[in-house]
Amino acid sequence: MSVKEWEPKIVAFLCHWCSYAAADLAGVSRFSYPPNVRIIRVPCSSRVNPQFVLRAFAEGADGVLVAGCHLGDCHYVKGNYYARRRLWVLQRLLEFVGMEPARFQVHWISGAEGAKFAETIKEMVDKVRILGPNRLFQEVKDICVG
Amino acid sequence: MPRVGVFVCWCGSNIGGVLDCPALARAAATFPGVVYATDYQYMCSDPGQKLIAEAIKEHRLDRVVVAACSPRLHEDTFREVLARAGLNPYLLEMTNLREHCSWVHAGEKELAQAKALSLIRRAVAKALRLTPLHPGRVKITRRCLVIGGGIAGIQAALDVADAGIEVVLVEREPSLGGKMVLLDKTFPTLDCSACISTPKMAAVAKHPLIRLYTYAEVEKVEGSLGNYRVTIRQKARYVDHTKCTGCGTCWEKCPVKVPDELNFRLSTRPAIYLPFPQAVPSKPVIDARHCRQLTKGKCGVCQKVCPAGAIDYTQQDSLHEEEVGAIIVATGFDLFPWEKAYGEYGYGRYPDVITGLAFERLVNASGPTGGRIVRPSDGREPRTVVFVHCVGSRDELKGREYCSRICCMYTAKHAHQVKERLPEAKVYVFYIDIRTFGKGYEEFYRRVQDEGVIYLRGRVSKIYQEGDKLIVKGADTLLGEPVTIAADLVVLATGVVPARGAEELARTLGISTDKDGFFQEAHPKLRPVETHTAGIFLAGACQGPKDIPDTVSQASAAAAKAVGLLLREEIEVSPLVAWVNQALCTGCLHCQVVCPYQAIEVVTEGGRRRARVKEELCQGCGSCTVACRPGAMELKGFSNEQILAEVEALCR
Ligand SMILES: Cc1cc2nc3c(=O)[nH]c(=O)nc-3n(C[C@H](O)[C@H](O)[C@H](O)COP(=O)(O)OP(=O)(O)OC[C@H]3O[C@@H](n4cnc5c(N)ncnc54)[C@H](O)[C@@H]3O)c2cc1C
Ligand code: SF4
Ligand code: SF4
Ligand code: FES
Repeated sequence: MSVKEWEPKIVAFLCHWCSYAAADLAGVSRFSYPPNVRIIRVPCSSRVNPQFVLRAFAEGADGVLVAGCHLGDCHYVKGNYYARRRLWVLQRLLEFVGMEPARFQVHWISGAEGAKFAETIKEMVDKVRILGPNRLFQEVKDICVG
Repeated sequence: MPRVGVFVCWCGSNIGGVLDCPALARAAATFPGVVYATDYQYMCSDPGQKLIAEAIKEHRLDRVVVAACSPRLHEDTFREVLARAGLNPYLLEMTNLREHCSWVHAGEKELAQAKALSLIRRAVAKALRLTPLHPGRVKITRRCLVIGGGIAGIQAALDVADAGIEVVLVEREPSLGGKMVLLDKTFPTLDCSACISTPKMAAVAKHPLIRLYTYAEVEKVEGSLGNYRVTIRQKARYVDHTKCTGCGTCWEKCPVKVPDELNFRLSTRPAIYLPFPQAVPSKPVIDARHCRQLTKGKCGVCQKVCPAGAIDYTQQDSLHEEEVGAIIVATGFDLFPWEKAYGEYGYGRYPDVITGLAFERLVNASGPTGGRIVRPSDGREPRTVVFVHCVGSRDELKGREYCSRICCMYTAKHAHQVKERLPEAKVYVFYIDIRTFGKGYEEFYRRVQDEGVIYLRGRVSKIYQEGDKLIVKGADTLLGEPVTIAADLVVLATGVVPARGAEELARTLGISTDKDGFFQEAHPKLRPVETHTAGIFLAGACQGPKDIPDTVSQASAAAAKAVGLLLREEIEVSPLVAWVNQALCTGCLHCQVVCPYQAIEVVTEGGRRRARVKEELCQGCGSCTVACRPGAMELKGFSNEQILAEVEALCR
């Protein structure tokens, strides 16, 4: 694969109540953003198991985004606080093993923030594009899976 | 292997104008598991729906992927199509080609096409792992429990009962009425508080559908939404209310005199007493702590004089069980215990430093002074009265961080009442900010200022007694000057705190409290009268400081919610709930700790502890699934296996 052909691949876990709605609103408002993001709908950011994020990287994602309601606005009240705590630990861990922080991002985007959603994706794609393909987990996977 | 059908929608040109839908369908037909794929102009239209239903039958499809718009719009529509075609409606997976692709990537058709295919691959991967799900059904007990008999509980009980639903109302004091019945007049209209609240109390007592427990508390609550079993402790009154006629002979003859707590010890009452003349029920209780017969074994006067033979010194507490389908909590508030915190105001040592509620009793015609404003210490009329705002409110150091909402207005009312009764008196009010948010409130505050009440912006730093005067030291921060006033009476606007015992009640009911101890509503804006526990609603000051208009509105809202629930025969509960794989569960209960809805219980079988999800309470957030280390906790419709399959499909 030549460098020119490479396009960043970003997996986004969005909570149904806020951030998925924000992505819908971005669509309704025709706020365009790069087509590098692929969305998985989860009920709440607290449903995101760090394992899902690791698996995405291992399967070749160049970036992973988790987005949920603003703190205090989670549809399930406390869900995003749990998510914040868990994902913060994961962020530190990924940094520790040498991953660039821009590859794994957590944002709070409300259902009214279509523009913010589009903006977040744009910025993330730009950053990941500069970083290039994610090799770290590819190597790990090659070693583990053989 | 499941048989998946993929249906790609053009949405006219919304999707079809950007993506090549026939090509998407052709490519999808090659995915593993897909036995049929097609595209159509409008899948959600009648012919589109028919096309899906017929394909399900013709190709014996048992999983359906609709690649169209957002599931937030049309998931229900397509689920119904599946149901009509004889498939379980939860065997549908949608993918969002419009909002998440064609509408936002119109400028990059080639990349958009690749993305769309990847989105369909994700949906197929998930569809292969879908299982049929069945919404649970729960029958409902058509009765409502209301806890607390202040104006909130009274209003809620009347509204529910007027809708034809039986109500059980539990009040822990000997009478209904709460704080409102103690007030003299109510801001901003100055109508008489008792005149508007006592008819409602009487209406509760008369209502054929309301069963009233006074002097009683809720001891235990079991069950869940639609079916609660409630144990109520009726405290011993030592008076048989089935015999008592409320004639009043007993309380006239009782030789004991104790300070009356409702009148802030400004007067006395007997040991067998009616809390106030308009009490409901209008039958007495014996205060066991002060009754001579019950403490010392000698007296028995009331028993001798009672013409109905209603006195029973051997009465015990009794337990009563009630079944209800919904619960409205209306336990109100208490006043901030300022005596414990404010040393600079004398810790309650000075008799002429009183609270706003005590002032209400002073100006009340049925209060201890018959409505004369006098100093508790010597019964003289005060010539200088100082009011102090925010005692215990907006004071993180000594009190609470929040604003108590009612004190600005009740102090304005009190200041007006002083001016009305004692026109010569000087009246000062120390405030931090004035908050007059309600209808007619700002006008009322203006009027009070026009009557000659002097508002000083600043905190009071010290109050002490000098001779028969109270020296009030404060500051006027607008002038930047210290102020000293020699007052005869000081009234503290003490803040609002949750009712005593609210924390325990929250635990009994399985509802949560906020950082200040008030009951937590399900959503601050959109679900203000619901709790996170389905079937339990909130009314009045127990949810946060509130004046009477707000309390009554919230009580009626809670009643409407409860009635809406109780009028249903049974309720359907979403099948997208958590479940425990019993073989993997180690019983560590990490899941139980994170569940925001107390939906996880412990079951012990053969000495082994495991978690179990109460499906009727689970809201399906999935928090617990991540807390579970052995992966025993799963969420239906969003299982680990399903999500990981989606991840893999998208990363290909
Ligand atoms: C000094 C003062 C003046 C005020 N003046 C005005 C005014 O002029 N205008 C105005 O609009 N508002 C005024 N208010 C506010 C008004 O008092 C409240 O808005 C109103 O009382 C709230 O009603 P509630 O039913 O929520 O609570 P409460 O009146 O506190 O009633 C709660 C009831 O629940 C009972 N209870 C508590 N815990 C339990 C339990 N565990 N089990 C069973 N029963 C329980 C209590 O005994 C009580 O009867 C004033 C308040 C104060 C303090
Ligand atoms: S966290 Fe998992 S293992 Fe622990 S009790 Fe809950 S379901 Fe069982
Ligand atoms: S999914 Fe959420 S509501 Fe349901 S049991 Fe788990 S933590 Fe509780
Ligand atoms: S529902 Fe959006 S973060 Fe919990």
